[in-house]
Amino acid sequence: MYPFTYHRPASLDDARARLAASEDGRPLAGGMSLIPTMRFRLSSCSDLVDLNAIDGLAGIERHEGGIRIGAMTRHAAVEASAEVREAIPALAALAGSIGDVQVRNRGTIGGSICFADPAADYPAGILGLGASVNTDRRSIAADDFFTGLYETALEDGELVVSVDFPVPERAGWAKFGNQASRFAVVAVMVSLAGGAVRLAVTGAKSHVFRVPEMEAALAADFSAEALEGIAVASEGLNEDLHADAAYRAHLVGVMAKRAVRAALAP
Amino acid sequence: MAEASVTLTVNGREVSATVDPRTLLVHFLREQLQLTGTHVGCDTSQCGACTVHLDGRAVKSCALLAVQLEGADVTTIEGVGGPDEMHPMQTAFKENHGLQCGFCTPGMVMKGIDIANRHAAPDEATIRRELEGNLCRCTGYHNIVESIAAGAREMSG
Ligand SMILES: Cc1cc2nc3c(=O)[nH]c(=O)nc-3n(C[C@H](O)[C@H](O)[C@H](O)COP(=O)(O)OP(=O)(O)OC[C@H]3O[C@@H](n4cnc5c(N)ncnc54)[C@H](O)[C@@H]3O)c2cc1C
Ligand code: FES
Ligand code: FES
Repeated sequence: MYPFTYHRPASLDDARARLAASEDGRPLAGGMSLIPTMRFRLSSCSDLVDLNAIDGLAGIERHEGGIRIGAMTRHAAVEASAEVREAIPALAALAGSIGDVQVRNRGTIGGSICFADPAADYPAGILGLGASVNTDRRSIAADDFFTGLYETALEDGELVVSVDFPVPERAGWAKFGNQASRFAVVAVMVSLAGGAVRLAVTGAKSHVFRVPEMEAALAADFSAEALEGIAVASEGLNEDLHADAAYRAHLVGVMAKRAVRAALAP
Repeated sequence: MAEASVTLTVNGREVSATVDPRTLLVHFLREQLQLTGTHVGCDTSQCGACTVHLDGRAVKSCALLAVQLEGADVTTIEGVGGPDEMHPMQTAFKENHGLQCGFCTPGMVMKGIDIANRHAAPDEATIRRELEGNLCRCTGYHNIVESIAAGAREMSG
């Protein structure tokens, strides 16, 4: 690891001030992505601003419009939350499919979406459920948040504070995980709300994306059969030692059907 | 780079130390506190050999900085029992042949206790799913699963 100065602010304002005052400061959430990449010297920073001692950044709130999840809420808390299980069981299933217990005990929703790993699960949850990301400056719609490989719409020093999820009529999560790392080879979140369908795919491209042809077919007929014959082109899909592009394209179809079946399951 | 000081509880005892902020918890435990029961089995935070309990929950000590743990409560394998007085989960591993080379075992025992703390009588499927973050290169897992089931029975009984 390259050297850095460590900060442990007790308030969001203090965290912002320390980030602003540093040459190349970075927030630290669960550390499950940042610490391994710093260990490999794939990333470095002048100042590490730990968000773990700030009150009020973690928590799950049910309100009339939906569910608000604080940025520092751990994956394990979302997986176990009675509110999430009741309102959006697919989101609890997503959280419970991330990594392993030890990773879920530390990793946070804010860290996951800010890191924007191409194989991360939460980005599909945000986009597939049409959530919005609240920062210390503004609210960003899911469709505008993920912009590229490890890239988001966040500005320098902008901090994610919470994520707002509307409650859909139905939603389903299906993941084909890598056996060793547990990251998604391909995973799909689908939701149905007020006649509108959102279907988001992670693991297959540089960043999470929607599939309009599948959404249109599902809006007309929300069933796995409606997806029969709709193929996703393999051009531009990721290729690595786990799966080539053609296999990933095939998996998108399979996971999309499984997600719809999960959404329809009683 | 400024050194930082940290005060935490390790195995029931308060420890104050000065650390380089880059020090991982696992290196702090092994090299500064000489608690070498916690192992390092990988550099990708995947193997679970470094599993300890932080405020009562299983975490990977290779993915945490020691400096983060101001006021925290950490338990390592040394804190649960030793040769003279073994924890029921340790005894269960011994009696069920739950280890071969033993490298993964400290992490497996810490994870086993964590599983038993959250599930009164975990079935095989639950134990296998809970063990996703702990790798073993020797046993094929069968006897580890048996050990944890037996240890959990002992702990709840
Ligand atoms: C073995 C292993 C398996 C894993 N498997 C999966 C998996 O199957 N699926 C999956 O989705 N993920 C997986 N992960 C990643 C895990 O979910 C991480 O927790 C997550 O990607 C990052 O969250 P974090 O809280 O740990 O963030 P950190 O690692 O602390 O931070 C990540 C990045 O986000 C920035 N950041 C953090 N919080 C904020 C904030 N509030 N505002 C602005 N910027 C912020 C940081 O500066 C950093 O750049 C795995 C990790 C490991 C080690
Ligand atoms: S050494 Fe921590 S997970 Fe392998
Ligand atoms: S007993 Fe050898 S690695 Fe598990």
